[in-house]
Amino acid sequence: MSETEFLSSESTKQAEGRRVRPSATSRIRQDQAAKRTFFIFTLLPIILILIVTVALLVRAWPIISAYHLSDLLFGKTWKPGEGLFGFWPFILGTVWVTTVGVVLSVPACLLVSIYLAEYAHARIRSIAKPILDLLAAIPPVVYGVWGLLAIVPFVDDVLAPLSDRWLGSVSIFSVTQPTGFGILSAGIVLAVMITPLIISVVYEVFQTVPHDLRHASLAVGATQWQTIRNIVLPQVLPGIIAAVVLGASRALGETIAVLMVVGNVPQVPTSVFDSAYPLPALIANNYGEMMSIPLYDAALLGAALVLLVVILIFNILSTIVLQRMLRRKWA
Amino acid sequence: MGMKKKHFERRHLVELFMKTIMRVALVIVAGALGLILWTIISRGFPSLSWDMVSQVPKGGYYMGKEGGILNAIIGSLYLGAGGTGLAIIFSLPIALYLKTYLGDSKWGAYVRLALDVLWGIPSVVYGAFGFALMISLGLRASLLAGIIVLALIELPIMTRAMDEVIRRMPVDLEHAALALGSTKFEVAMNVVTRQMLPGIVTAILLAFGRGIGDAASVLFTAGYTDRIVTSLMRPTASLPLAVFFQLGSPYPEVQQRGYAAALILTIIVLAVSLGSRWLSSRLNKYTVK
Repeated sequence: MSETEFLSSESTKQAEGRRVRPSATSRIRQDQAAKRTFFIFTLLPIILILIVTVALLVRAWPIISAYHLSDLLFGKTWKPGEGLFGFWPFILGTVWVTTVGVVLSVPACLLVSIYLAEYAHARIRSIAKPILDLLAAIPPVVYGVWGLLAIVPFVDDVLAPLSDRWLGSVSIFSVTQPTGFGILSAGIVLAVMITPLIISVVYEVFQTVPHDLRHASLAVGATQWQTIRNIVLPQVLPGIIAAVVLGASRALGETIAVLMVVGNVPQVPTSVFDSAYPLPALIANNYGEMMSIPLYDAALLGAALVLLVVILIFNILSTIVLQRMLRRKWA
Repeated sequence: MGMKKKHFERRHLVELFMKTIMRVALVIVAGALGLILWTIISRGFPSLSWDMVSQVPKGGYYMGKEGGILNAIIGSLYLGAGGTGLAIIFSLPIALYLKTYLGDSKWGAYVRLALDVLWGIPSVVYGAFGFALMISLGLRASLLAGIIVLALIELPIMTRAMDEVIRRMPVDLEHAALALGSTKFEVAMNVVTRQMLPGIVTAILLAFGRGIGDAASVLFTAGYTDRIVTSLMRPTASLPLAVFFQLGSPYPEVQQRGYAAALILTIIVLAVSLGSRWLSSRLNKYTVK
C-alpha cells in the first residue's frame, strides 16, 4: 500500500514539476549552449579530413624523404625486398581500370538520367528509384563475387575471342593473357557500381533547370529531344562533368570488388584484356603483413596518400561545381 | 515546302531514336541488377543451409568440413550497429545544426563540402589510416577499432542523407514554432526531429547498410576470428571478409560457402534497404502534411 502511495506521490510531483515552465533565460541559455556544442560538432568533418591527410603524410614520410618523388611515382619496378618502390604500374593500373569503368558507364548513365528527368512518367520513376537504390546498396564484395562468377567467364569465353578475331590488330584490344581476369572485367564491374551515383547526381542537376526554359522551347515547335539538346544540356553540362568526375573518383578508390577480378599482376598494362594491379588492391593485399621489410609500411601508406590526394582534388572540384548548381534548386 | 517536310520528319525520327535508346539503357541498368541478384541467388542458394547461419566454423571448416559463419554474421551485426550508433551521436546534431542554425550560410556550405569530400574518401584509405593509428597507439585489431572506422565511413553518408531530408522541412512549421516563442534548439529537438523522423530513419538505415557491407576498412582494423566476439577489445569476424576469404580458398566446398555467405550478406543489405522504405512510409503517417 505504502509503496503505491509513494509511487503516486512521486508521479504527481513529476507532473507538477513539468507544469512549472523553465524560465526564459534558462531556455535561452540552453539554446546558446546547444548552439556552441553543435558548432563544435560541425568542425569535425573538416578536422577529420585534415587528420587523415596529415596522418598518412607523417607515416609515409620515411619513404617520401628517402626517395625522389619522381622515382616513386614513375618508377616501374616494385621489389620491396630490394628497396625498389615504383608506383608506376599501380598508378597506371588504377587509371586503366577507372577509365574503362567510366567509359562504359557514362553513356548509359546519361541516357537513363535524361530519360528519368525529362521523359519518364511518375510510375516509371517510382520503379527506377528502388532499382538504383538496390544497386547502390549491394556491398562491394558482392559485386566482386558477381564479377568472379559472371563477368570473368563472360570476358574469357565471349569478349576475348571476339576481340581477338575482329580487333586483334588494335593494341589496346589485343588478347595476350587470356584468363578473363583483367582490366575489362574490373571495368565492367566498376561501371555497374558507379551507375547509381552518376545517375542520381545528373538527375538532380537536371532538376535545377527552370521549366519555363523548356516550355519556351517547346512552344516554338522544338521536339523534346531538340529542347534537351539545345536548351537543357548546355545549362547542365558543368554538372554532368562534375557527376562523371565524382563517379571516376568513386571508381579510383574501389578496392575489394576490383581486387577480386583484376588479376593483380604488377605490370604496365597495354590492353584492356591485360591484368593490372590498382593502388587500392596493392594496399589491401599487402598492408598489415609487411612489418619485416624496411619502408614497406611507409610505401603502402604513400600509395594510400597518392590515392587520397587525387580523390580529394576530384571531389573538391566536382562538389564545388555541384553545390553552385544545386543552390539554385534550394533558392 | 518539301524541304521543310523532310526536316520535320528527320527530327521526329531522332526523337524516337533517342527515346528508344534511353529506354534500352534503363532496361540494361535494371537488367544488371537482375543479373547480379540472379547470379548470387543461383550460386549461393545450393550451399545455404541451417548450419551456415547457426554454427561457428569447426575444426577443418576451411578444408570443407562442418561448421558455419555465425561468427561473421554476429560480428557484422555488432560492427554495423556499433558504427551506426556512434555515427548518429555526431551526425544528428550536425544535420540539425546545418538546418536550424546555419541554413544556407557560407559556413553551412563549407561543412557540406567537407562532408561530401569525406564521403568520397575510399574505405581502404580509412582502413589504412585506422591501422596506422592503431600501430602508433600500440593497439591490435578489435571490434572497437572496426566500429570506430565504420563510424568514420558512415558519418558523412548519414549526415548528408539526413541533411537532404531535413532541408525539405516545411518552413511554415518552423516559423510557427518560432512564433510561439520556441528557441531554435527547441525547434530542432521537438519539431524537426519529429516531422523529419521518416527521413532520419532512412538515413540511419542507409548508413547501416553501407557500414555492414564494407570490407576494405574492417580488413585491417577488425581482424578475423572463428569465435563469436565477446569483447570490444577482441578481433571479430565479419560477413564481407567471410565471403572474401572463403572465395580465396582452393577447396570448391569452401568457395561454395563463400557464395552462400555472399547471399546472406545480400539478403541482409537488401532487407535493410527495403525495410527502410517500408518503415519510412509507415512513419510518414505521423507527420504534419
